[in-house]
Amino acid sequence: MKMLGAEVVIECLKAEEVDIVFGYPGGAVLTLYDALFKTDFPHILTRHEQGAVHAADGYARATGKTGVCFATSGPGGTNLVTGIATAYMDSIPLVAITGQVGVSLIGKDSFQEADICGITTPITKHNYLVKKIQDLPGVMKEAFYIARTGRPGPVLIDISKDVFNDTLDFVYPETVCLRGYRSLFAGDSNQIDLVIESLEKAEKPVIFVGGGVNISGTSEEMRKVINLTGIPVIASLMGLGCIPSDAPEHLGMVGMHGTYAANMATMDCDLLMGIGVRFDDRVTSLVQNFAPKATIIHFDIDPAEVNKNVRADLKVIGDLRWSLPLLCEKIAERSLTKKQWAKAEWVDLVQEWKREKPLASSLPAGGIRPQTVIEKVSELTQGEAIIVTDVGQHQMWTAQSYNFNTQRSFLTSGGLGTMGYGLPAAIGAQITLPEKDVVLFTGDGSIMMNCQELATLADNGLPVKIIVMNNQVLGMVNQWQRMFYGKRYSHSSTKGCTDFVKLAEAMGVAGLRVTKSEELNIVLEKALKMEGPVLVDVLLPETEDVLPMVAPGGRLDQMVLRGIIG
Amino acid sequence: MKYILAVLVENRPGVLTHISGLISRRAFNIESIAAGPTEEVDTTRITIGVEVEDEFELEQVVNQLSKLVNVIKIANITYVDSIQRELALIKVRANKANRSDLVDVVEIFRAKIVDVNRETLVVELSGEESKIDALCEVLTDFGILEIVRTGRIAISRGPVPAKDM
Ligand SMILES: Cc1ncc(C[n+]2csc(CCOP(=O)(O)OP(=O)(O)O)c2C)c(N)n1
Repeated sequence: MKMLGAEVVIECLKAEEVDIVFGYPGGAVLTLYDALFKTDFPHILTRHEQGAVHAADGYARATGKTGVCFATSGPGGTNLVTGIATAYMDSIPLVAITGQVGVSLIGKDSFQEADICGITTPITKHNYLVKKIQDLPGVMKEAFYIARTGRPGPVLIDISKDVFNDTLDFVYPETVCLRGYRSLFAGDSNQIDLVIESLEKAEKPVIFVGGGVNISGTSEEMRKVINLTGIPVIASLMGLGCIPSDAPEHLGMVGMHGTYAANMATMDCDLLMGIGVRFDDRVTSLVQNFAPKATIIHFDIDPAEVNKNVRADLKVIGDLRWSLPLLCEKIAERSLTKKQWAKAEWVDLVQEWKREKPLASSLPAGGIRPQTVIEKVSELTQGEAIIVTDVGQHQMWTAQSYNFNTQRSFLTSGGLGTMGYGLPAAIGAQITLPEKDVVLFTGDGSIMMNCQELATLADNGLPVKIIVMNNQVLGMVNQWQRMFYGKRYSHSSTKGCTDFVKLAEAMGVAGLRVTKSEELNIVLEKALKMEGPVLVDVLLPETEDVLPMVAPGGRLDQMVLRGIIG
Repeated sequence: MKYILAVLVENRPGVLTHISGLISRRAFNIESIAAGPTEEVDTTRITIGVEVEDEFELEQVVNQLSKLVNVIKIANITYVDSIQRELALIKVRANKANRSDLVDVVEIFRAKIVDVNRETLVVELSGEESKIDALCEVLTDFGILEIVRTGRIAISRGPVPAKDM
């Protein structure tokens, strides 16, 4: 059947079982938007292309499906860049479709032309420029395949305006043929035997859970390993949720703002088994000093991750959906007791660390502790909500204090650390999971970065609850200035005329405010019960630090544990 | 340590840019890079010389390159018995007085003179990098105007092609 290029795109989306796209129209994609209109394909109009790409990302993180966004050429495409980079750093499956100027205008600095393929090369898993309609179905098929197989990631398809208007007899290819692409699934099972041997020999083992477990949806297998062996667990920011935060074996997050127990265990362990982690420098601090006594085992789907930052003694390359069940099986075969897997003295020692130095706050009594806000929401949602954050102190407090229970329940920009990620990502998650409570913890700095999406939230009636942790400073910047720059608070105050409650109301979102600690519980309860979107502006003191903290370049066991009040 | 990689890639637009971009972005050091068509119409072969600290860094280069969708195969032929060549064209000053000396030098190196005029001549040489380096050094005394070199290409001896390594 003859079809317009624009219709071909939509047919391909249907074939890929895409149920919604996020986007923003413009000249180069008008034919595509016309086709959306005619087919009544579900589409959410965000108020900025950055909002569209983060929403697609939030959708993908919450569901494990591939997120899709549309943008027009030039400025539309460049507005996607931050979101694409965010998805790339956290391995999120995403397909971004941009319009490009007409074929005869490409390469001539034409109106609204940007070389978006060139711009996104370092931040996409792959990208395409489509100049002929004949290539379109094949490219669409390949793009989705690449985005979601292997180590997932964003793929960009830049389609010339002419292609949308051209016609084709549409046939969607059934298979892809990519000579160089190996979407590795199963690896070498002998390596797992070696892992078992090392585990049996270890006196002080630790399991380090990362974002790969969330992405591959293997938290159940991960829990099984821990239940069978009782080995203490630490998690990266991206690995939170895979193991319940309150599981006795869980020592918490590791790294710069990791818990005392997690960091001490890392420094003291004799075996560290990293599962779907990339040993980010926020975790390792100085690599030379990371887990100095340990045999390092690394499970990852991407061979390029192994030995990149930390050298592994044993590597298991392959999809966790292959390796973790096999690991469980082989552990079970051994019929060893928990005590044999994880020696009692070691378990006692880490538990002692956990008891001895719980998370601390530097605040004098009186003001609202930010941690209390998060603990209260955690209690009210029973750890069952989808929690989204922006970037800054509030992100770290959320990671430390929310009681996560399920995989894919914590959406945060870990790798790139993108302020402005939270609100649109929460929109993407809430659209696809309407029954879930979606709560966004954001900062007074971060919320402003994509606050235009409050309008998207309201217009779509999405009941996201936004908690603005309003300390009236760019808190994380402020903290570094307090600790490392002699309290010279250069341009880190946001105190001004902005009234977040009014801002929310102006865009159709209900606004509440908490100024005193006595009001906190009542207002939070009310907000969570209210129908539709709500923004709660919580006024917090300026000087609370995120603690513990390992100074940049410090060793994980050299933590600042208590506050130095400014 | 210097390594030589034979990289087979799909013959698509932008592949070379992707490869060189990736290598430099990851702060690896490319010594030379030479690309050209192969016996298969849709395959390009790129010979890359890289200078890296150790085998771990080389493993990273190879693994990162392997991630590019259009890369079909990477063979490390550093330790494989192989023939390595580079082609150079060198334009040298030449006047009546020293021309015959120059011709002698060119002959000793088994190079070729491919263009002559009143003031200059162009010497063509193919061979291992070190040989070309040596010729360039000798020719410096005559006055070199410009040098163009292709970068190293390499092929293994014996029946096994890189694609099957
Ligand atoms: C787009 C972007 N710009 C700048 C930064 C650097 N940065 C990291 S945290 C931070 C402050 C965040 O302030 P706020 O959102 O108020 O959160 P708080 O730390 O106060 O909780 C800044 C500016 C960033 N991460 N992202």
